[in-house]
Amino acid sequence: MSEMICITCPLGCHLSIQRISETEISVTGNRCSRGETYAKEELLFPKRVVTTTCRAVGLPAGAQAASLYAPRRVPVRTADAFPKEKIPELLKLAANLEVTLPVRRGEVLVRDALGTGIDLVATRTISCGEPS
Amino acid sequence: MTDRTGRYDVAIIGAGVCGANIARKLSQYELKVALLEKEIDVSLGTSKANSGIVHGGFHDNKKYLKARLELKGALMFERLHDELDFPFERCGIVVVALHEDELRTIEQLYLQGVENGVIGIEMCSRERMLELEPKLSSDTVGGLYAPSGGIVEPYRFVFSLVESARKNGVDLVTEFAAALARREGDDWIITALDGREIRAKYVVNSAGLFADTLSKAFGAEDFAIKPRKGEYYLLDKMTKAKPNRVIFPVPTAVSKGMLIIPTVEGTVLIGPTASAVEDKEDFSTTRVELEKILQSARTMIPSISETDVITSFAGLRPVCGEDFIIELSAKAPHLVQVAAIQSPGLTASPAIGEYVKDLLKKDGLRLVEKPDWDPCVEKVRRARDLSPWELDEMVAKDPAYGDIVCRCERVSEAEIVKAIRAGHTTLDGIKYVTRAQMGRCQGGFCTYKIIKILMRETGMGYEEVTKRGGGSYVLRGEL
Amino acid sequence: MKQLKFDAAVIGGGAAGMSAAAELRSRGCSALVIEREEELGGILMQCIHNGFGLIEFNEELSGPEFAQKIEERAVASGIEALCGTTVLEIRQEGGFHVVYGVSSRHGVVRVEAKAVVLAMGCRERNRGNIRIPGSRPSGVYTAGLAQRLVNIDGYIPGKDVVIIGSGDIGLIMARRLSWSGCKIHGVVEILPYPSGLTRNIVQCLEDFGIPLYLSHLTTNIRGKDRVQGVEITPVENGAVRYDKSFEIPCDTVLLSVGLVPENELSRNLGVEINPATNGPWVDSRLMTNIPGVFACGNVLHVHDLVDYVAEEARRAGAFAADWLAGASPQRELRLKTGSNVRYLNPSKVDPDRENKIYLRSMVVKNGAVLEARIDGRVVKSIKKAHVQPSEMLFLTLGPKDLAEPDQRTASQSAQVEIAIV
Repeated sequence: MSEMICITCPLGCHLSIQRISETEISVTGNRCSRGETYAKEELLFPKRVVTTTCRAVGLPAGAQAASLYAPRRVPVRTADAFPKEKIPELLKLAANLEVTLPVRRGEVLVRDALGTGIDLVATRTISCGEPS
Repeated sequence: MTDRTGRYDVAIIGAGVCGANIARKLSQYELKVALLEKEIDVSLGTSKANSGIVHGGFHDNKKYLKARLELKGALMFERLHDELDFPFERCGIVVVALHEDELRTIEQLYLQGVENGVIGIEMCSRERMLELEPKLSSDTVGGLYAPSGGIVEPYRFVFSLVESARKNGVDLVTEFAAALARREGDDWIITALDGREIRAKYVVNSAGLFADTLSKAFGAEDFAIKPRKGEYYLLDKMTKAKPNRVIFPVPTAVSKGMLIIPTVEGTVLIGPTASAVEDKEDFSTTRVELEKILQSARTMIPSISETDVITSFAGLRPVCGEDFIIELSAKAPHLVQVAAIQSPGLTASPAIGEYVKDLLKKDGLRLVEKPDWDPCVEKVRRARDLSPWELDEMVAKDPAYGDIVCRCERVSEAEIVKAIRAGHTTLDGIKYVTRAQMGRCQGGFCTYKIIKILMRETGMGYEEVTKRGGGSYVLRGEL
Repeated sequence: MKQLKFDAAVIGGGAAGMSAAAELRSRGCSALVIEREEELGGILMQCIHNGFGLIEFNEELSGPEFAQKIEERAVASGIEALCGTTVLEIRQEGGFHVVYGVSSRHGVVRVEAKAVVLAMGCRERNRGNIRIPGSRPSGVYTAGLAQRLVNIDGYIPGKDVVIIGSGDIGLIMARRLSWSGCKIHGVVEILPYPSGLTRNIVQCLEDFGIPLYLSHLTTNIRGKDRVQGVEITPVENGAVRYDKSFEIPCDTVLLSVGLVPENELSRNLGVEINPATNGPWVDSRLMTNIPGVFACGNVLHVHDLVDYVAEEARRAGAFAADWLAGASPQRELRLKTGSNVRYLNPSKVDPDRENKIYLRSMVVKNGAVLEARIDGRVVKSIKKAHVQPSEMLFLTLGPKDLAEPDQRTASQSAQVEIAIV
């Protein structure tokens, strides 16, 4: 028997979970069916959208001087929720990744990250040009 | 500068407001002068955290040296303000009586002020007080008005004095924590904690809270400086409770009480408390004392609101007896003691500079005026003081005036760069010179920009950036 | 001095400013966005976590994605923008609003505008605002400053962190720093319940085993040069139990203790401020007491979701366009906060059209009812499964709800009271 709070909506139902087998659980305390779905996914296949940053490289020499505050990091995220147990490995991968500017929002930086079928994509367009 | 083997005529230990005034005064003469400071920048001790008042000359009797120097010093500020670059305003001081029995003290202060020759001092009825300061409590029964009282930004005053002194040849040596002294021939050899040495014929001990241990290091007088903590709240410029003049309560036997100060830069300072502490490096604020500040201030101006508070801080007064100790040491040769400079030390400090110069002369120091002494420093144009037209002209000359780094206090990149180039290479140093990070967001928006400007200007790595030197590093890693 | 003329000047180029300007453009008005940073987007650019855009774009986006999508829309509508430009002052000169801004590129720019939309956003409350005593070492940051340093500049402010306040930015930073190799030793919240979303409590704290100290006050920050620890003290039945204080050693303190609308420009212009929101009082058109000056987004009141900022800003843009076209409401009814309601925005409604009203609850409650009443008569009621102070609520009131059944009582002085029961 374990407990968790459903985060699907702000109601925050307190769920009680009974484990039946490796792949089966029973859920009580939920006020709607989404609570059960949430508990099952969270207990059996927990996933998170991972957002982090990668190093931006290849900024032309002059561009640095043009804006002292230009981003040194490129924000990235997984295109879909990512298996929780593989997050540390993914973070390492992202930390070692260098992204050459310019970069476009939505650009796939790592396809099929760690064999999950989920891509790592840039979430910000960063050009090298003069700002408007 | 630090590896200089040459001998100084005078070494001044402690770059607070006294040391800075003495240094600037001595820079007028053909002398080699060193100003030694244990911190990474000047004015980081008692001179940073105080009320910034040019007092009205009515609190103390002329039998005290501190009263005589206060009266003299107070009159010197206009000229200093003309020559140097620091905010100063003679906004006036009122002392507010909230009970009938306080009026007797008001009368005594008035008579003392008249006796001291204070210009324009007057006794005020309730009506007169409320006309001068409409925000005062309706409990006001009367008070005192001294129009000659004023306000300064104390650290800016010190920075400017030191800049002027350096411009005229004084060597500033920071992070020099004077620890030992010995005689070698006719000279003093002063050794810092890190082993560096400075040789000087005359020494001025203006070490503030540490003047007692320093005196002992020179084998001079044995006295004890006790720190007395004063805590303050700083209120947003937008506060509705801002008075026109400095508001004093009726003083008690031990303290001038907690004030409400409209600072030159538009914020409002309330405090200080007064509590004896042991640790001379304990600048922490405490819940109990901070509570007292709001309570006390509200008795005088009830509309003071805690939602206007943007920061709190504490300073330490160097207390030893009732009066200043400014004299030639009777025990150690060629040593001038400048100790126990608590209130009205800031007001008196320009006169202390003169007084110490005279003491040195009496002790045989030859004073020959420099023909080329320049009393003036560059007055840095500040974006916040300029009209849109003036600012436009400044940006045309220096585009960095157009990049406003600190939005709350409207500080441009140009001002920050000037501060860094003048040697203020910590976040606090830049803050006190320029006001960036000092406003209502307290650096929330501009700190990262200042870090980047600092790294660009000095070539520092991120790990070398500190708040105020020592171990006060700001960043601990890079992704 | 460079001189420009626009129908509308929009102060601030975040989600609010860009959305308001785009709406003005789509209604045929010229609009200039003035932004102090080098790029449009505002604070969203450092909010690299996801969770934005579900309402506005029907997908979950990160902050930069949301901002750039809004920007693309605005650019497509033909807005103009002056970036790297700090507004110095807004004045009234000869029947116009005149905005003075400065940048290193153009010097001072004077913008003459018939209408002004205030969209400056908000700032974080800091240590001084919540008056935490103690020493003043380095290592004390607002969560947003830390977020900027980590997410855009790539610097780690510290390794052993305590977060004060359980606002969403603090929770998000707990996860961000945990993912960056830092240890978060606790989140301290004075209230008995967290200020942030439950989702963030689960995904940003529980995922990492970070302790949440509810009903605890931070009573001291210790450390001479760099932070060495914070003292926290339980609050029991409203009493601060100093006898039970304890210290958490750390080298870094992040503050996530609320946001304040940035209205200094507005105040200097003479805009009247509602003390309940710290934002301007606005009428049914989101117009301040100064004719032609509108407000939207976090400068008006702090929103929980940026999607609502964009929605509100679009309305502000539309109202500004109407005002520029000379339209004004026939009459307005005043809105009044009833029980359990902290504030309402706007503070007036136009009974001749649909009005959207944002509000905040003062209480946590399951099974609440949002009620609008005129003279005690309930004109609209909406069931809410759950309300809490950290979550914005809204309702719409239209001509049907606001029609007077009795012509005799239909007067200018009629008030609509909104309550949570």
